Amino acid sequence: MIRARQVVVRYAGASGNALDGATFDAMPGQVTALVGPNGSGKSTVVRALIGQVPLGSGSLHVGALDASTGDRRALARAMAVVTQREEPAFPLVVRDYVLLGRYPHHGAWTAFGSADVAVADAAAARTGASELLSRRTDELSGGEWQRVRLARALAQGGETLVLDEPGTFLDIAHEMAAYELLDALAREGRTVLLVSHQLNLVARFAAQIVLLHHGRVVAAGPPVDVMRGDVLEPVYEWPLVVARDPAVGAPVLIPLRRR
Amino acid sequence: MRPRWVVLLVLFSAAAAAALAVGPVRLSLVEVAQALVGRGDAQVVAIVRDLRLSRFCLAAIVGAGLGMSGAALQGTLRNPLAEPYLLGVSGGAAVGAVLAVVAGLTAAVTLPVAAFGGAAVAVALVLLVARAASGRPDPRILLMAGVVVGAFANAAIMVLLAGAGEGAVRSALWWMMGSVAGAEWPAVRWLALYAVLAGAALIAVARDIDLLALGEDAAAALGVRVARATRRIFLLAALLAAITVAGAGLIGFVGLVVPALARALGWRRARAVLGASALLGATLLVGADVLARTVRAPAELPLGAVTALLGVPFFLVRLRKVA
Repeated sequence: MIRARQVVVRYAGASGNALDGATFDAMPGQVTALVGPNGSGKSTVVRALIGQVPLGSGSLHVGALDASTGDRRALARAMAVVTQREEPAFPLVVRDYVLLGRYPHHGAWTAFGSADVAVADAAAARTGASELLSRRTDELSGGEWQRVRLARALAQGGETLVLDEPGTFLDIAHEMAAYELLDALAREGRTVLLVSHQLNLVARFAAQIVLLHHGRVVAAGPPVDVMRGDVLEPVYEWPLVVARDPAVGAPVLIPLRRR
Repeated sequence: MRPRWVVLLVLFSAAAAAALAVGPVRLSLVEVAQALVGRGDAQVVAIVRDLRLSRFCLAAIVGAGLGMSGAALQGTLRNPLAEPYLLGVSGGAAVGAVLAVVAGLTAAVTLPVAAFGGAAVAVALVLLVARAASGRPDPRILLMAGVVVGAFANAAIMVLLAGAGEGAVRSALWWMMGSVAGAEWPAVRWLALYAVLAGAALIAVARDIDLLALGEDAAAALGVRVARATRRIFLLAALLAAITVAGAGLIGFVGLVVPALARALGWRRARAVLGASALLGATLLVGADVLARTVRAPAELPLGAVTALLGVPFFLVRLRKVA
């Protein structure tokens, strides 16, 4: 699980706080979605979780581990993060790339063994990337690359999964497949934290939505409580209505035109 | 063992045989083999053991060091154009070494250390300039910073050695064009020791290079302490470059060509790329040195000139790809 308490982050040279006392939980066994407009602090949460930006105050925990001061390798064993963008500078064979997920389980001199390969192959099977294992990372389509990255995250073996915009560059079928997989992974007991702009999609899969605005949590709860016009309109500063979609009855946000 | 490693070993052996057999006195492989174990004509033994073997070893160390240094820098900086010479790291090392020479510290043990000091300063300077210019190190700006630092280093070498006269064993031209002609045993042994230690240390952090090549955030998410790992790799790459400079002066483009060649031949993971780059770099530089001393014999071409003639067209092709 992820537990954020009064997290404050300020970037050097910035006038305000990127995170300004954000408090939320992402619980095991369910998908938690972190949403909010551009600059609301979503990506800063991810950067704080991977130790790439120091906390000004507050606390951020992954399970029992302190994300800001803890041992990075232990954290990487507990939590896998699929960042928004990632491109190997030099192409790798997909299996070798997935195996990099086993890095936090090894020291400098211990070799990756057949057990690691088995974990990597099982992870690839889980995300439907088995047939890609002997391809090269620069030969993959956007959808294939996303599945391979998810396989690498699963190969890390942690209880917590964090994904920053997992649907970017995916068509509808690949996007839905990715979300359904994340849902299934959560049902197995994992903590899944989803950072996304796709409110409508998130409302279908998340048990809890955390709405960030100016680095603060302004609403948190089940989709029906957060996906409301009076909650979202002031945050996004755009006229919108929330309806029920005709197929499954989930809340759907429809931005209006101003003119 | 995979076939491509065998091919590489065969090529290296061929280069080694050529380096020991070819020269003003042309020897057969049998004569070379006998001389290596100390048998046969005393003069031939002296030629092979004292002259050619030390020169071959120095060329191999320098080639391996430059290849590994380039491979490590390219992966960590995520930049296929990175290499110690173009980044000004070798230039900084040369200034460090020349300063030591001018101060009278020419011992084989201390020269690489002084060169390392200069190389470390150059690395810090290049990264500082690149960061100041763009916030994040942009591949092309980094290269420009390196070229500027390199130019400054060349000027510093000229100035430092202008008044040194007869006392300075090696001339400014030697430092700037590079050569393995002056190879002598105790010095080569020290360089070999340093190179093996630095090379082994780089191999030990190879997985960090793999992860840093994915980008800083991805590496951090996988448990790499990015700032510390980056610093460590840069210092080791600088140390390897410094060792080559202390032994043979400035030799460019080997660090650029060799890792690219290793990747094109199918090595992909950092540890394999480092290993292949060491062997490939050694082969290439030993071969280039054989060329340098045979093409216009009895005159000898500067080794750095040979590698530049081979490397610059390659660089231009790569540059087009990146841009």
